Amino acid sequence: MSALTLFRNVTHWRTGERFTLAVEDGVVVPVPKYPGEHARMFDAHGAVVAPGLVDLHVHLREPGQSGKETIETGTRAAAAGGFTSIACMPNTDPVVDTPAWVEWVRRRAEAAGHCEVLPIAAVTVGQKGEQLAPLEALAAAGAVAFSDDGRPVTSAAMMRHALEYARPSGLPIICHEEDPSLKGDGVMHEGFTATRLGLRGIPGEAESVMCRRDADLAELTGGRVHLAHLSYHSSFDALRDAKRRGLRVTGETCPHYWVLTDEAVGDYDTSAKMNPPLRSEADREACIAAIVDGTLDCFTTDHAPHTADEKSRPFSEAPFGIVGLETALALTLSYLVEPGHLSLARAVELWTDAPRRIFGLPAVTLEPGSQADLVLFDPRGDWTVEPSAFHTKGRNTPFAGWRLKGRVLVTMLEGRVTHSAADVAFERPAAEEAAR
Amino acid sequence: MTTTVVHAAPTPYGAGIFSNVGGPEAFALAGTPGAVMSRAAADLDDRAATDGRHLLGLEGMTRDELLGLLAAAKRERAWLAQGEPNRTDLAGMTVVLAFIEDSTRTRTSFEIAAQRLGANVVVFSSAASSLNKGETLLDTVRLFEAMGSALVVVRHPSSGAPVWLARQLDRMGVINAGDGMHEHPTQGLLDLLTLQDAWEGRFEGRRLAIVGDIGHSRVARSAIAGLTTLGARVTVCGPATLLPAEVELLGCDVADNIEDALAGADAAMALRLQNERMEKGLLPSSGEYARVWGLSPERLTLLAPHAVVLHPGPVNRGVELAHEVADGLRARILAQVANGVAVRCAVLRRCADATRRPHGFTSDVAAR
Repeated sequence: MSALTLFRNVTHWRTGERFTLAVEDGVVVPVPKYPGEHARMFDAHGAVVAPGLVDLHVHLREPGQSGKETIETGTRAAAAGGFTSIACMPNTDPVVDTPAWVEWVRRRAEAAGHCEVLPIAAVTVGQKGEQLAPLEALAAAGAVAFSDDGRPVTSAAMMRHALEYARPSGLPIICHEEDPSLKGDGVMHEGFTATRLGLRGIPGEAESVMCRRDADLAELTGGRVHLAHLSYHSSFDALRDAKRRGLRVTGETCPHYWVLTDEAVGDYDTSAKMNPPLRSEADREACIAAIVDGTLDCFTTDHAPHTADEKSRPFSEAPFGIVGLETALALTLSYLVEPGHLSLARAVELWTDAPRRIFGLPAVTLEPGSQADLVLFDPRGDWTVEPSAFHTKGRNTPFAGWRLKGRVLVTMLEGRVTHSAADVAFERPAAEEAAR
Repeated sequence: MTTTVVHAAPTPYGAGIFSNVGGPEAFALAGTPGAVMSRAAADLDDRAATDGRHLLGLEGMTRDELLGLLAAAKRERAWLAQGEPNRTDLAGMTVVLAFIEDSTRTRTSFEIAAQRLGANVVVFSSAASSLNKGETLLDTVRLFEAMGSALVVVRHPSSGAPVWLARQLDRMGVINAGDGMHEHPTQGLLDLLTLQDAWEGRFEGRRLAIVGDIGHSRVARSAIAGLTTLGARVTVCGPATLLPAEVELLGCDVADNIEDALAGADAAMALRLQNERMEKGLLPSSGEYARVWGLSPERLTLLAPHAVVLHPGPVNRGVELAHEVADGLRARILAQVANGVAVRCAVLRRCADATRRPHGFTSDVAAR
């Protein structure tokens, strides 16, 4: 039986009310009249409390690529970023395409204990696009969705079969939308910066034509399509159109697509290299518009750590991907809430309730009885991004040195503190208060 | 608990990412929402370009730097023409020619230039297939640095590889001998020198038409950067499949057909067409290319009377250039090759001088 924790002077993320939140035995409880001498208290001075953040798109790199990240370091980074649940992609070595590997990932995450980890399993064996993975068995082992992320399902027929076959499970297929023939050898967005640097471009249509294909396949099959890390104006239009047609299609985007453009590649900066690539200013604006009008259903990070050696190669030879878990909330607050594009409540919803709905996860609230997965953050707290201080093994971020607003103070998973900022100190109640 | 409100958030696509350049102040200054172009990127280019040890590209070089190198190249050319014995400007210095992509003419041109200035020359060549990972190249170049080499001339299939190499090395100067589809600055300089001769020393008001595979051409990018800096205009044209996105933002004009591009131009440059383009479905055939985009004697009549024809070589005769044009009076192809040695002498001298100061390379290595 764990002791009572009281967060005083917290601001409710949705209502804006000031209140005291009490947690005991892993759940939210009514605030007791007398906290008792074993209680611990934290005066939040108005900091915001919300359900723990959820990230549906993380690369934890295990099994097989522990030089880049481990389940331990990745989930520790998630806790530092305010996340209590993350879904991890199966493009590991070996690929997570058997129930045994799903089970292995879950157990390893439970042993680490920093964050709930929801394994996503491969759509096809080895993500090769040739043979369906055992989707029913994978679902039974605990997979929450299927994806060949990182290696798009090129064959329309294979995608059709996957959507049909997965339909009874109710689980979505997460689509990394990319036409390999249009992408070619491209390494960044096709536009002026690529032209200036002499780098091969990836047209946005490599993404958007596949969004349209898979929306049509969702109509054909009645399956659930979730479009991953959308970056391009025409992809947002494709998602908008799919919703208007009443199809079971949802979509996500990531902070770098609403904050940065391809100009961030600057002088061959590999920390601005990811796939899909940073696009034009018009696409960045279209991304924000699609967030504001509700076209996009949720946010994800596409956290993709790589080693410093890998990222310090010449641009064309460096791998795609940036880390994102520890900057996601601050980039949301600094670039969506602060400029007035979104209310704080809507921004938080897109990191909490919205992804939970897509994956059919049980709701987490701040009401008594709810599991105490929560994050306490100071929306105005400013800090400087220092990759050397990250908990992830990855240092590959384009935001190094940026000053951002929005600082995570405490993350709690099932009532346990999984992260607290260095300046957070819990206090004991004064003797007379405890006993009164 | 911190509750400070900071309004100087970085611009969305702004300078903040280049913390190594300006630190936190950099984005505070760039914090105006209208500042669309990230200046930090340009600053980095400028820094690389003005570090005299390196010649990484013509983009970002100033008019004075370009004209200075052209004047130096002219002096070298005059000296080379006299057939004197080798000089001793680079005596005691080792120049490494690291060619991670085949190129006989550029490599021999650098080799001759370095030898004529008295340098020791080490040629290190490797097919991209056996040594295409940058880290391996870096390890190798570091070996040469440890052995006391002062300069490395690098040809590499990856755009940006010389910029990357220059960042990683402590002392050595890096000369770009062609990187992927990015730049080929000594080719750009020899083109400028050839045009300066043809244009009687005046770049302002002149116009070069570049025809062909602009998208894959480092020669075109260097020519565009150099000529626009010197006040000349550039018109590019070619099959739409071979024009890069938003190429006009490089500062050139785009013509829809070769006739419009050539009309009244003061020079024409045809780019080499690689067979690979047909294989990848970008073009139907070299025959069709020759008909639509080839420089024929008839098309040359569209040019200004004094205009010359350039080609970076090797020429696919009957494809980019008709035989009569390749061997014609307007062709300056061999003059380009001769100018190449002079330009490379000037570049090697400039970069060698810069590695000697302020902290002499040789003494520094000896002290280690």
